[in-house]
Amino acid sequence: MFETLSHLALQQYWWMIVSILGAALVFLMFVQGGQTLFLSLGKTEVERTLLINTLGRKWEFTFTTLVVFGGAMFASFPLFYSTSFGGAYWVWMMILFAFIIQAVSYEFRSRPGNFLGARTYEVFLFINGAVGTFLLGVVVATFFTGSPFSINEYNQSRWEASSRGLELLLNPHNLSLGLAVLFLARTLGLLYFKNSVDEPALEQRITKSLWQNAIPFVVFFLTFVIWLMFSEGYAINPETGEIFMQANKYFLNFIEMPVVLILFLIGVVLVLYGIGLSLLTPTSNGIWFTGPGVILTVFALFLVAGFNNTAFYPSSYDIQSSITIMNGSSSHFTLTAMSYVSLMVPFVIAYIWYAWRAINKQKISKEELTSGDSHIY
Amino acid sequence: MLENIDFTLVDWSRGQFALTAMFHWVFVPLTLGLAYMLAFMETIYYKTGDEEWKRITKFWMKLFGINFAIGVATGIILEFEFGTNWSNYSWFVGDIFGAPLAIEGIMAFFLESTFIAIMFFGWDKVSKRFHLTATWLTAIGASLSAVWILVANAWMQNPVGTMFNPETVRNEMVNFWAILFSETAVNKFLHTITSGFVLAGLFVIGVSSWFLIKKREQLFAKRSIVIASVFGLISTLFLIGTGDSSAKEIVKTQPMKFAAMEALYEGRTNAPLVAFGVLKGKDLHKHLDVDSHAEFWLKVEIPSMLSFLAYGDPNSYVAGIKDLIMGNEEHGIMPYREKIRRGYEAQQMLSAYKEAQKADPNGEEFQLLQAKFRDQDFIDNYFRYFGYGSFYDPDPVQLEKNAFKMVPPISLTFYAFHIMVILGGYFLVLFAVFLFLVMRNQLHTKTWLLWTAVWSIPLAYVASQSGWIVAEVGRQPWVVQDLMPTMTAVTHIDAKAVMITSFLFAAIFVILFIAKIKIMVTQIKIGPKKKEDPNNV
Repeated sequence: MFETLSHLALQQYWWMIVSILGAALVFLMFVQGGQTLFLSLGKTEVERTLLINTLGRKWEFTFTTLVVFGGAMFASFPLFYSTSFGGAYWVWMMILFAFIIQAVSYEFRSRPGNFLGARTYEVFLFINGAVGTFLLGVVVATFFTGSPFSINEYNQSRWEASSRGLELLLNPHNLSLGLAVLFLARTLGLLYFKNSVDEPALEQRITKSLWQNAIPFVVFFLTFVIWLMFSEGYAINPETGEIFMQANKYFLNFIEMPVVLILFLIGVVLVLYGIGLSLLTPTSNGIWFTGPGVILTVFALFLVAGFNNTAFYPSSYDIQSSITIMNGSSSHFTLTAMSYVSLMVPFVIAYIWYAWRAINKQKISKEELTSGDSHIY
Repeated sequence: MLENIDFTLVDWSRGQFALTAMFHWVFVPLTLGLAYMLAFMETIYYKTGDEEWKRITKFWMKLFGINFAIGVATGIILEFEFGTNWSNYSWFVGDIFGAPLAIEGIMAFFLESTFIAIMFFGWDKVSKRFHLTATWLTAIGASLSAVWILVANAWMQNPVGTMFNPETVRNEMVNFWAILFSETAVNKFLHTITSGFVLAGLFVIGVSSWFLIKKREQLFAKRSIVIASVFGLISTLFLIGTGDSSAKEIVKTQPMKFAAMEALYEGRTNAPLVAFGVLKGKDLHKHLDVDSHAEFWLKVEIPSMLSFLAYGDPNSYVAGIKDLIMGNEEHGIMPYREKIRRGYEAQQMLSAYKEAQKADPNGEEFQLLQAKFRDQDFIDNYFRYFGYGSFYDPDPVQLEKNAFKMVPPISLTFYAFHIMVILGGYFLVLFAVFLFLVMRNQLHTKTWLLWTAVWSIPLAYVASQSGWIVAEVGRQPWVVQDLMPTMTAVTHIDAKAVMITSFLFAAIFVILFIAKIKIMVTQIKIGPKKKEDPNNV
């Protein structure tokens, strides 16, 4: 059935899959957000262990989603992969190192004879949480702000800044989205703690911290979105494939794709509602609003970056080198083959859901960590 | 031509990738095999209800968890490095390589990470049956992820099922099944996965032997040895079988690698197999020329065995390194200089294509060139040597010299191959002896043998790494066989940047490795959970 679709339809289908993965990843970074918080929230060693174990049962999903997001990008839009990863070398390397130290920290932290001591692994988790979220936010911002590269007729890319990605950190809009993602992850982490931890002493501290993180998140997020609505964007002439700058491009994309606008608005409202609810009432259900809200919002932003004749990885050095879902994708055949594989995704989501429910029937408490029969981080 | 290449950059990029891949492979094979042994042990627990089997399962599961975490952490490095350090490569192969990688993510990683959570945290939360299912699914998930990444690797060794598109300048997939079920992919998967099983078997036997030496946990140790020696013995037989079929396939698809494995300079019929040998001289591949000969300090040969291994016929002809470079008319081997010339012609054709397109995309010339890249005769006789063109030089003397540079490091390939094969044979004997003695309940008295098993654990890792050295060093100078040389695959970046990241990787790997070894040793010394002590989990 997929082979009858046009190449463009497949490219759009895969951009949507990549967008969903990206959106899920941003939501799942509540794990990273939580990792930046347990040191300050947990006043005793037991509380810290409790918080780390709460996160420890989810970290693999975030990690796996990141790996799959990378894999799907490589598979469906390899020109982006070869240009961005090889070009913005230092940014990707920093992200990579931040994630290498995460996986081992959970497993090693509480093990006897762990060489570096529990505190080092806790600091590793903090670094992963802070650096990983911030830099991924910066990279996603370049989907709108552009990067300095060129691509020749052999599709070989060249990065035109010798700072190899570090220059991206000088752009204020990249920074504002990076910080927005960081504070969003922390906010989500708090909502997740509120939902999963059964420990009254922590609850007050969680609410207080929520104020301190939700407000910066909203400020940085609005700063970025308002700039985005007024800024010019990288548009494609569908007749010639030529790229040109168009005023208010991303705002126009919302207007011209009302479904995306509606998804975005619903998403933003859900995010704010979940946060408000958790701040003002004792409910632990905030994450069930904010979480899906984040997914919708990020999904809509990805669609605005890549759909409606927009270059999703624009070049600020040579505008015609900008990567679009049309010129940067895999072949019709490969996208078709992969599309069949994508039919397994609902099945994957179903068993993940089933497995989570089986594990999460009760909230995690101090008692469970000393019950002696479970795997402790 | 070659003088335009920054070989410092190429070497550091290769070094960094080798470092991360080898470090990744320290952890993966154990998880691949141990996952199945956990499933066997838990199945016995499920069937018998014997709590001792649960203790056994949980002990090995803990060691599994410690390994798994670093396996995951190092796996993501490889995925990133394709992009960061092999930018040209990731575009050139992205249409093929990406798909298995994405499938691996969707099919295998989520399966693994979901059910591993049940395996670790679900003992008291889900039913015994569900838990057992989760353990099996974790093992299957681990194997599935190996399938896809090895399919991708196999395609680089033997690029089938694709066609070059001059418009996008890359290979594009035309037959998914040809890639998935290529002879190389099937052999590579079976050989690699069984090597993981063997390594895990040796690990379990070695650790259990230590308990027997210390006269601790005797029942636990003997039961673990039974499982591991049966599993290990069967796996080693498969390992040897798939090794044999790999050799038969490599002699066809990568004859230069095959010749280097045996340091066979001159081809011959009734070629003997060097069972054991020490080569004279170093950097053999750098000093190779028309007059080079393989010289050994000492060697033990099995007559006609190499011919038999390669083709199943002791009288068959096996091509040597020099035949492949200089050609051999009698046996229909085209010299490298001709392949370079043809590859260069294909590369020039691509430039002409791009020029013609710029001049007039509707012109006759452009259409002719378009047709050329679809012409089977051109594909079979010119384009298939595309990568050779990068070694072209207008000066015929220099071209001939370049041809002699197109060989893998001979000594390294030779030794890695022989170490792998000799150790494989040794493991077979070890498993058989252990199985025999443990069944007759005579094992615990043979302390020297138990120590042998303990010290065989590092040998398992040596054999496994050697196998990958044969596969990856042995295929040089290619990153994609005959189509893309390693030197043109790298990201153009300051070599210093790669040096810095290489040192950072090395530092972090050393630290993680020490931590992992210390944790493993501590856990082993603590041993399985005592029945009376609920805090020791």
